[in-house]
Amino acid sequence: MPSLNHFLVLSAVLFSIGTAGVFLRRNLITILLSIEIMLNAVNLTFVAVGRFLGTVDGQIIVFFVITVAAAEAAVGLAIVIALFRHRETLSPDAFMSLKW
Amino acid sequence: MLDTVLFYAFGGIAVLASLLVIGQRNPMYSVLLLIVSFGALAGLYVVLDAPFVAVTQIIIYAGAIMVVFLFVVMLLNVPREEPSPPGLLAAARGRTIGGLLTLVLAVELVWALSRVYQEWFRAGAPAERLTSVREIGIALFTTYSFAFEVTSILILVAMVGAVVLARRERLE
Repeated sequence: MPSLNHFLVLSAVLFSIGTAGVFLRRNLITILLSIEIMLNAVNLTFVAVGRFLGTVDGQIIVFFVITVAAAEAAVGLAIVIALFRHRETLSPDAFMSLKW
Repeated sequence: MLDTVLFYAFGGIAVLASLLVIGQRNPMYSVLLLIVSFGALAGLYVVLDAPFVAVTQIIIYAGAIMVVFLFVVMLLNVPREEPSPPGLLAAARGRTIGGLLTLVLAVELVWALSRVYQEWFRAGAPAERLTSVREIGIALFTTYSFAFEVTSILILVAMVGAVVLARRERLE
């Protein structure tokens, strides 16, 4: 069995990849996908710590995180569709003003 | 021994697929690669004695949420990200700063998490307790029953919100 730190470092790497996606990409859908990567990195932390503490609490929190991720994806994608109708582009640079 | 091999295999696949997700210019490939990454994470959950989470990951994440993403990618029909306008200094500078910030965050997180004091986390319960869906169900519907009920309201609000946001405004 790999140690807890193995899993924690792996999830840190995955989280950083997600952050890089949010910082560097210029496509709203890819940015939402990067947020999903970050959520999954945190899920891995919860399950790993729960496993090494010997409780099921970590798995239950992951269950809730997945629910929130589903809600976030639904609302986020609806906003992306609404934005695309206005500007015909997915580049976040096109949406700098709060009102138009 | 087998656990270690599986850990490195699945971890490698997850990291590689995630890197390719943010490296792709075509969002369609990004979504499909993210499904690969989630599959590898499900494998890691099995290594961690959490088969319930692994199955949930496959069914809900890879199955449902990613299909929603695929639908939107096909619906909007913008296969490629526009290249950044040439000669735009601000974009290049933003990219450099973003890369540096990410690097700092990565080093910080790896440094902090690789020195977590492991004696605090000695497995207290046998693995059978962790793998059993029965235990998870009991905890979910007793200790966490309030959070569970609130979740249903959250889903309802998200559903209504998505419909309202994506609705085409009627021309009166």
